Amino acid sequence: MAKVTINAKTIEVPDGTNLVRAAEMAGLEIPHYCYHPGLSIAGNCRMCLVDIRAMSTKQPNPLPKLQIGCNTTVQDGMVVESNNPRVIEARQGVLEFLLINHPIDCPICDQAGECKLQEYYMDYGRYHSRFALKEKVDKGKVIPVGPDIMLDQERCILCTRCVRFLEEFTRTFELGIKERGDHSELTLADGKQVDNPYATNIVDICPVGALTSREFRFQARVWYLDATPSICAGCATGCNIDVDLRHERIYRLKPRFNSEVNSFWMCDAGRRTWQRNHGEHRLIGSYVRGGSEFVESDPHEVVSRAADALKSHRRTAVLASAHATMEEGWLAKRIAALCGNGPCVVVSPASSEIPTDDKLISTDRFPNRAGLVALGFTEHTAPPEDVDSILMLRADVVAADEDRWGMFLEDMGETLVVADEIGKTMAYADHVLAAGSHFETDGTYVNRGGRLQLFRTAVAPPGRALAGWQLLAELLARLGGPRYESVDEIFAAMCTEIGLGSGRTHASVATSGVALADWKQGRAAAARSEGAGAQA
Amino acid sequence: MSQHVLLRYRDVRADLRSLDNYVADGGYRTARRAVHEMKPEEVLQTVKDSNLRGRGGAGFPTGLKWSFLAKGTGKPTYLLCNADESEPGTFKDRDLMDHDPHQLLEGMIISAFAIGCHTAYIYIRGEFAFGADVLNKAIADCYAKGYLGQSVFGSAYSLDIHVHRGAGAYICGEETGLIESLEGKRANPRIKPPFPAVYGVFGCPTIVNNVETLACVRHIVERGAAWFKGIGPESGPGPKLYCVSGHVKRPGTYELPMGTPLMDLIFEHCGGMLPGRKLKAVIPGGSSVPILKADECDIAMDFDSVVKAGSMLGSAGIIVMDDSTDMVAALRRIAHFYHHESCGQCTPCREGTGWLEKLLIRLDEGLASEGDIATLDSVAKGMLGTTICVLSDAAAMPVRSFLQKFPEEFLAAATGRSRVVAADATAAA
Repeated sequence: MAKVTINAKTIEVPDGTNLVRAAEMAGLEIPHYCYHPGLSIAGNCRMCLVDIRAMSTKQPNPLPKLQIGCNTTVQDGMVVESNNPRVIEARQGVLEFLLINHPIDCPICDQAGECKLQEYYMDYGRYHSRFALKEKVDKGKVIPVGPDIMLDQERCILCTRCVRFLEEFTRTFELGIKERGDHSELTLADGKQVDNPYATNIVDICPVGALTSREFRFQARVWYLDATPSICAGCATGCNIDVDLRHERIYRLKPRFNSEVNSFWMCDAGRRTWQRNHGEHRLIGSYVRGGSEFVESDPHEVVSRAADALKSHRRTAVLASAHATMEEGWLAKRIAALCGNGPCVVVSPASSEIPTDDKLISTDRFPNRAGLVALGFTEHTAPPEDVDSILMLRADVVAADEDRWGMFLEDMGETLVVADEIGKTMAYADHVLAAGSHFETDGTYVNRGGRLQLFRTAVAPPGRALAGWQLLAELLARLGGPRYESVDEIFAAMCTEIGLGSGRTHASVATSGVALADWKQGRAAAARSEGAGAQA
Repeated sequence: MSQHVLLRYRDVRADLRSLDNYVADGGYRTARRAVHEMKPEEVLQTVKDSNLRGRGGAGFPTGLKWSFLAKGTGKPTYLLCNADESEPGTFKDRDLMDHDPHQLLEGMIISAFAIGCHTAYIYIRGEFAFGADVLNKAIADCYAKGYLGQSVFGSAYSLDIHVHRGAGAYICGEETGLIESLEGKRANPRIKPPFPAVYGVFGCPTIVNNVETLACVRHIVERGAAWFKGIGPESGPGPKLYCVSGHVKRPGTYELPMGTPLMDLIFEHCGGMLPGRKLKAVIPGGSSVPILKADECDIAMDFDSVVKAGSMLGSAGIIVMDDSTDMVAALRRIAHFYHHESCGQCTPCREGTGWLEKLLIRLDEGLASEGDIATLDSVAKGMLGTTICVLSDAAAMPVRSFLQKFPEEFLAAATGRSRVVAADATAAA
């Protein structure tokens, strides 16, 4: 640890921390463009210049030149000023340099509202231009650099964050800088396109409007968007994300930092998972089969009828997709226990045609397999035996294999489908309940690394759909089980029952999630100390 | 007997590019003695004792630089000869390589031996095709004789030297830009620390020395540190190559003791100003250093004296200007160079060099206002000390010094009055 004083505030930070990070820890911001904690240090933007008043306890002398905070690591006894007149003058100078050849087209720029040039200009700008407009350097605009990304070379401040990401994270080297001086341009390498599974991360890390997402651009002004913390349900990795939305519509997903899971990144496939949420296959009403026709009914009515139907059968199996949340899975398990102790099975395939890579992508395209297994679900892709009724939880087994499942479901006396999309399995259903997607409910998933992660309701379920936990809690009560009024009650009961400790709430799940093993050990430790107390 | 040490080729009749002639003139005796009879530490100590300061521009003590080499890293150590010689006004290294390649190679063998290096590179400016050919021939001759290779002069010491031709950019002369370029990348200077002595070529400890510096090493080890220290001021002694260009009668490269008076250089060695012209100003160390007015030129040309006079010895590229020189046009030309050569990595330099040139074009073409002069100075100020390498400073320093020393000419250009140019010179033109 090193004691460092920044703007008269002394804090202790780990050795090797740079001054930009150390300032953050002290609650101060040292403005920067090229520095990104997930990338190597380039030191080219010169925005983070600071005044080192004392290098260390051993060398208490000030440095003659301003130093860049990103490439200066803390030393014990270091004294730094990041806001004195000398630093502010240098910073104003750098900002002015950055802007002289910038098109300043904020009114039509998608980055407006989340642009570091705008933000720092408001904080440190000179506010009047000394540069003749006609002398600006012209560069390329509206250049598609890949299927998902558009480049504006005039907006680019050449910080090379994107270049470094493509060199260091994906190692695909699609972008580089060509030409020199103020004619330097961000450009595609010969014959390449930025077309890799993680490409859109460069849009996120671009501090200005040079790289924009072709999917998101011109769709919404970012200051109208609200962000809800969530978890990507695209695969078993469970990347932490923010869901950006407005008026019950999702506009984009962005990675949210979690050092234990996805660092700063997410894959492009995951980024696109919101599109299905607003797709035309969403199930928006609940149905009861009347002869060969489905009749839409009030969801509570359908729950009531389905409960009666299950009661009249001997043994119900739960066939769940690993898209089901922990809370849904646990309620379904309780339901099965009341319906002849039927088997609870995860029917989703554990692998796909997409291979697991060494970064974030898992071949398991489902977010909660580990969680359902922790709840006691078994993994099977074959139909269960010795059952006469089915609770189908978010799984469309018929779409996966009609030959195998069609015959099986025809033999069932009762098939209750809980789903968020219209699927082929519904053709075999007796009752259908419309549930919200994972963007439309509070819940938890356990990822492939055994980490329990929380997601919040971003948008309301469409039409007359309800959150999955609401439907299942009501069904459980109708079947004679306890009545749970909130998702927190369900979560607490679940944690108690599967050995994760009592009194747990969604709020007690850290924003970075929690390793199931840690919660289990925590409970064990608490029990041991109670035991020790009893002996004493 | 002549004064020449480094430019010995000028005194001997034989062509020193021939290995036989070089050896006949006493060449390679010192390198042979060093690898057989001296310990690397002894060589290093001799160079330290000599107070040799780097001839590339910064004047950093060579022995001290060598002693910063990271030790015990398990990685090879590289010696990198900076033969990029790209500072405008400088042409001494080319002279050394074109006419006396073995002197450089001998200096490199001794230096490489001192720092425990077994692979050395000469990064030569791309335009120096002739020099590259000369060096390659000289290196081939050395291998044939066993002066380079597995067993240097029959000793247990091995050394390979490679010539690498640059692809043409001023920034390749900056030592870390040079390293990046040698590695096959864009010559973007690296952020320091780490310095090359710790993390240089291919991430290994590296010493980068200028051609003239390495040539000096041969003579220091041959004649001793005391001899070297006896030439010129003790804090930065030795024979020195001065490159004089501009409005003098006999421009050229001159070898004289460090600390030779600038006025002697101009008026004795170079034969004085062109007929009928008066000295107006001198850029004493290559185009990037502050300019001196005629009345500031009564100085000794050594590192410390030129700094005291408010400029720098730099690469000793002395650009002499007479009273026909239009300072606005001259500065515009200098600014054009730095605009063209900025690597574009750091914001202040990338954007500032272009802005400086645009302001100077406006001034030179009579389109500027008085306010532009203040802007010019302020832009240059913002470029000083704010970037990874000193190209930004190199572009800004001439601007600030020209404005400070010749304000009336810039004011005239901004207000549309006729520029201050000597009447007779205008007539002559």
